[in-house]
Order: sequence, then C-alpha cells, then structure tokens
Amino acid sequence: MANLEIRDLTQSFPRDDGSILTVLDRVSFDVKEKEFVCILGASGCGKTTLLRMIAGLDTAESGTIVLDGEKITGTDPKVGFVFQEYSLFPWRTVIDNIAFGLELRGVSEEDRYMVAEWFIDLVNLEQFRDSYPFELSGGMRQRVAVARALTLDPSVLLMDEPFGALDAQTRNMLQKELLQIWEKTKKMIIFITHSVDEAVYLADRIIVMTPCPGRICQNFEVPLPRPRDRTSVEFAQIRRKVLDLINQNCVIQ
Amino acid sequence: MGRHTEENGRNWWLGALAIVVALIFWQFVAVFVINDEFILPSPTDTFSAFIGLLGDGTLLLDIEASLIHFAIGLGLALLVGIPIGIIMGWSRRIESLVDPLIEILRPIPPLAWIPFAIIWFGLTAFSAGFIIFVGAVFPIIINTYSGFRGVPRVFVEAAKMLGCTKDRDLIRYIAFPAALPSVAAGIRIATGVGWMCLVAAELFGVSNFGLGQKLWFFYNLHQMDSVVVYMIILGLIGLAFDMIFRYYVDRHFLKWRMGEVA
Repeated sequence: MANLEIRDLTQSFPRDDGSILTVLDRVSFDVKEKEFVCILGASGCGKTTLLRMIAGLDTAESGTIVLDGEKITGTDPKVGFVFQEYSLFPWRTVIDNIAFGLELRGVSEEDRYMVAEWFIDLVNLEQFRDSYPFELSGGMRQRVAVARALTLDPSVLLMDEPFGALDAQTRNMLQKELLQIWEKTKKMIIFITHSVDEAVYLADRIIVMTPCPGRICQNFEVPLPRPRDRTSVEFAQIRRKVLDLINQNCVIQ
Repeated sequence: MGRHTEENGRNWWLGALAIVVALIFWQFVAVFVINDEFILPSPTDTFSAFIGLLGDGTLLLDIEASLIHFAIGLGLALLVGIPIGIIMGWSRRIESLVDPLIEILRPIPPLAWIPFAIIWFGLTAFSAGFIIFVGAVFPIIINTYSGFRGVPRVFVEAAKMLGCTKDRDLIRYIAFPAALPSVAAGIRIATGVGWMCLVAAELFGVSNFGLGQKLWFFYNLHQMDSVVVYMIILGLIGLAFDMIFRYYVDRHFLKWRMGEVA
C-alpha cells in the first residue's frame, strides 16, 4: 500500500538583510494510494519547495516525510518527478530518454526498450520513438517526461506545474491524457498548479496553500465523477466554491 | 536541412569562381607587374615547384613529420585538458585550487616555451609536440570547464530522480553529453591554435623536418615558389581540420543540437 505522510514540514531561508524568510510553516498532510491530489496556490507560496522536499532534492529544516513506511532522506526512484521546465536529455532520443532509468540499472537494451515502448504507447508517441527532443512540441516533450518518470514504477508521481508553459488547448488535452494514464497505472499523483480550473478538473482532493509563510489553508474534496465536463454547471459550482474558499480563508495575512 | 544544402551548393559555385579570379589576378600581377619570382612567384611557378616537391617525396615526408608533431601535441592536450576541465567544472574546491595556476600559465605565449622545449626534449618530435600541447591545452581546459559549469541543473536533478546519483554516473551520462558541444568547440579552437604553433615551433628549429621547418629552409635558399607551396599546404591542412569538425563531428555527435544551432 503506497502511502505518503507529511508531518510538520518547515523550511526557511536567510534573506540578504539578515531576516529570515519562512517558506513553509509546519505543513502536514497525508496522501492515500491511487489518490490524485492537486496543490493549489499562488506563486511564491512554497509549493515547489514542498514538492522538491518530497522528491528528496531539498532537505527540510524540520519535519518528516514518510513514503511507504520509509523516511525520505534523498532522491529515490520510488518517487517520479515531472519538472515544470523541459527536462528531457536533448542528446538522447525519445526511447533512450524513457529507458534511461532502466539503462542505469543495467537492464539489457532489448528488455528496457520493451518496457520503454509500452510507455511510448501509453503517451501516444509511437511515431516519435527515435526523434530527438528538439523535434517535439512542448506538449509532446512533457508526455515523454511523464513516461520517463513512470518507467521505474514509482509509488508516487510528483508533477510541478508540468503543463504551465503550454497553450490552453494542449494543456486541456494533456490533462485528459494524464487522467487516462492515471486510470491505467493507478499511481498516487501530487500535482502542483496555480490554476483552479486545472485543479478542479484533475484532482480527487485539492490542497490550497497560502503564501508567506507557506501554510495549508484548505483541504477540499472534489466530488465530481470522471470524466468531468468543464462546461457543466456542477463544475462551475465547484470552481466557484474553491475560489470563494480561497478568497474568504486563504488571504495573505 | 534541405535549404541549407542548397545554399551551400550556391556558395560553392561562387566560391570556386572567386578562387579562379584570384588565381588569374595573381598570375597577371606576378608576370606583368612584379615580374620577379623572388618577390612574388606566380601560380604557374608555384605549381611546378609543387610537382617537383611531390615527385621527390620531400613534401609528403614533411607533411608526415608535421602531422606527427601535431598528433603528439593535440593528443597530449586532450589527454590532460579534458580531465582537468571536467574536475574543475565538477568541483568548486578543485576549481579554486587549479584556477590561479592556470590563469598564470595561460597568458604565456606558447612560443615562449621553445627554449625549454629544446632543453627538455632536444630536437625530437616531442619538442615540437610540446609547443603544440601548450597552445592547445588551455582552450580545451577552459571550454570543457565552462561546458561542465553550464550543464542545466534540471538535467542533473532529472537524472537523480531516475537513480543516477553517483558523481561518476552523473558525469558520464549527464554532464559530459551536455557539455560536449562546448568541449568540441574547445577542441576546434585548440586545433587552430595548435596548427599555428606547429609552424612556429618547427620554424624556430625544434625539428629537422616538417612543413614549418621546410618553409624556412626554402626561404633561406631563396626558393620562394617552394615557400608558397608550403604556405598553401599549411592552409589546406588547417582547413581540412576545420572541415572535419564542421561536417563530421557536428553532424554525427552533435546532431541533437540541430534545433538550437541550425
């Protein structure tokens, strides 16, 4: 059973003028197996810092992160990460990008290509198997990045505003595809966004954060069944509810 | 790419025309204006000198000697420069340690090392090789180093998330391929600098064979048509090195960069 427990996570950085900037203030929450959680917040609220700590890329000042009963102290292949910026290795073809983690583990070329091809199919990029990243559009690159993060079969997939740089249409399409991937693989996903629309469309649960210091202000279950219709009345109502919540309770103090 | 090849095709045409015009102009000036083969040998004089030098084997022997000097110098520069560039780029502490030393040695013109090259290595191929090494090693170090410094952090972090955590693996799988364009640029500069150093090193007498040495030798004999032959050969070989980079290295090892540079 994949299970993520985050307890009292605190992080601060010294500022140039000698004062201390608290980025995260005693952040605690749990994520269950197969749950799709969106962390929603304005830029600068510490959500990327939070995600980087779960990934083991940064270390918290205090607090603990426990995944599947094990404390996270550094990067771990049990955690998959999709970055906001394009992170594909430009000198590797699509298939070699996806197979990179397996290659490093010493899996033979035949075996790792078999696995990688399954993931290429999953993200619908069969024709681009041997293309280099520069030949792909932004949306395709992020699909490859998702496939690459999934090849090592992580317990949790962390996504840091992965569709932030894409145009609205591509964004909607990738959200739909991501949900299909999630249905097929049933991974726990923690997805960072500043778009209420994106959060309501994707998430089982939305965690709203306030900035300076970064705190969790609301936990909001999205009761809509999938596939969700962005134009439906229910969708609009939930969007408004989330926005109201943010406006009432999550103002900057 | 298609358009590129077409453009090159057009350029090639014009370029060939320019060379022909220049040759005709040169011939005209040499024969009708200067009319003194010591001051300006004509293309035809040069060509017949070329045939003679090719026929008796001198030219090929000199090309061979120079290429050996060059291979020794550039080979050593690669062997020393790339690892130093890598560790400097990878570790701030080693950078602080090595950088001042390099910054002091680097501005010394390679030719200033000629006396010591002769004392240390005598009149051997290694003597000329050493001067080329001195000229070539710094561009390689600096470019390898800055290539490693410029590796985007997101590549390193993405690799770490996929289980690539050891320094050795990160260098081999991430930093080196990411830095390769810069390393290649450094080698390309080093090739040019090394080739210039070669001529000077041989010219100052660190060798009894070689293109630079023979160029000076024919000057002393006042055979200026042969001097021109050696000048042209030096230029053509230098050009060939550059062509290797432009058409082979860039297209085969750096084709993933096409989107960025083309």
